[in-house]
Amino acid sequence: MKRVPLDWFTTPGLLLAFVLVWHFYVTWFNVSKFIIPPPLLVAESFVDLLTSPNTLKHTWITLYETIVGFLFACAIGVGLGAVLGKTPWLERALNPFIVATQVVPKVALVPLFILWFGFGPESKIVVATVLAFFPILTNTVLGIKSVDLGHRDVMTVLNAGKWETFISLELPSALPAILAGMEVGIVLAIIGAVVGEYLGGSTGLGYLAVASLNDYKTGMLFAVILLLTIIGFGLYVFISGLKRLVIPWHESVLIERQTVVG
Amino acid sequence: MKDAQVPGIELAGVMKRFDTPGGTVLAVDRTDLKIRGGEFLVLLGPSGCGKTTILRMIAGLVHPSEGTVRIAERELWHTGRRDAQALTELGVVFQESNLFPWFSVERNVALPLKLRGVPEADRLVRARELCARVGIAGFERAWPRQLSGGMRQRAAIARALARDPFILLMDEPFGALDAITRDQLNLELQRIWLSQGCTVVFVTHSISEAVFLADRILLLSPRPGRIDTEVEVPFPRPRLTSIQDLPEFQDIVRRLRERLEALT
Repeated sequence: MKRVPLDWFTTPGLLLAFVLVWHFYVTWFNVSKFIIPPPLLVAESFVDLLTSPNTLKHTWITLYETIVGFLFACAIGVGLGAVLGKTPWLERALNPFIVATQVVPKVALVPLFILWFGFGPESKIVVATVLAFFPILTNTVLGIKSVDLGHRDVMTVLNAGKWETFISLELPSALPAILAGMEVGIVLAIIGAVVGEYLGGSTGLGYLAVASLNDYKTGMLFAVILLLTIIGFGLYVFISGLKRLVIPWHESVLIERQTVVG
Repeated sequence: MKDAQVPGIELAGVMKRFDTPGGTVLAVDRTDLKIRGGEFLVLLGPSGCGKTTILRMIAGLVHPSEGTVRIAERELWHTGRRDAQALTELGVVFQESNLFPWFSVERNVALPLKLRGVPEADRLVRARELCARVGIAGFERAWPRQLSGGMRQRAAIARALARDPFILLMDEPFGALDAITRDQLNLELQRIWLSQGCTVVFVTHSISEAVFLADRILLLSPRPGRIDTEVEVPFPRPRLTSIQDLPEFQDIVRRLRERLEALT
């Protein structure tokens, strides 16, 4: 018996229900369109947004900041994470400082970054990197440290060198954890880029959102948020889909594909 | 099949203490042991008797607190470093297959050759030969997690054989398998050992498995581990599963069981 997955219907159904509730709430209670614009106005604004000649430029800037920031975060997170995972004393020594970069209210640092790196994309890239590297770093450290002891025995018996052990054992073993960190990291990178744009500069979707608000175009603000959501979704799905490519051997992928035999 | 060139193993005054929060535990008491080249030796004993520790000391995974381990006349440890030459003589199979899930079966089998710098094409050809020899032909490209437990252990044996070692160390390799698969793999192991002509040290807590496989059984006493009884098993090779029904077989099993019960 072939089963059509239930979520093919539930997800669009829930979305439709949400839009309907929104629509009737706004019309029945006569809510001002400056507070909550009706769905149809948002849809109109969304079409305006997509057809406006500047949108592509703003979208591209935000994407660029997000992706470059994320790539820096990956390089720092995986590189430093691998080193710290292999050298416990260094991890103990540096950990307070790394945690400090996270517990400090990072959004409060954005003006400082703008002061240092200017109003252009660079300051936003820095914000995106600072937000995104932490989950990647902690997951890399955890992954490297969680190598199966039986697997280590195999490499010990084979008298494998440090580098060989890293390449054949520690790194692949840590990949599922690293990818899980990246899934969180990409979302934080978008947040970083958009928050950076909110607070300074004249380009990007974050700027567009603030500009719409300042013009009392709440419909357009909603449309920008909708576009950001779609972009965020796309990036998350992309990173999530990398799993099939990078760790096709992992349970999470094998079970999805139902290829485990007795 | 016994080849005079096949190197043996010698343990002289070997002892292992572990420091635990509750104090020092003597895992293996002073042990002298000579394993002849080409011999199939079984270390038999209850859980926690130190048989695995003895095997891990031979494999170079545990440093003895005292005494020396010699493999093929070479001392295994030189002031905390393991002798690379002696290690090349060893192939080890663990209770868990310990296959790397991120490598296909053939890449797992080829791993020892990869670490030795054998070119990829050559080592994969060799890996496929080994897969065929242990009876998992057709599964070379599968992920380890797609295989059954018995097939994973076969792949682990293939990996241990990849460098053509003279000595095969096996730590309860079939302990986690069902009885039927276990009998089957014991037969296969005998076949592989006879064709390979290597020395095997095999750890188990199953008496019948020990008697079926061994040329010689060393029964270990529990805590601290110490060699208690030595039994030669005379049945000719290749042995069939049906020898387990022979009165002589059951006689050896009974003697070992009675001694084991007296010890624990």
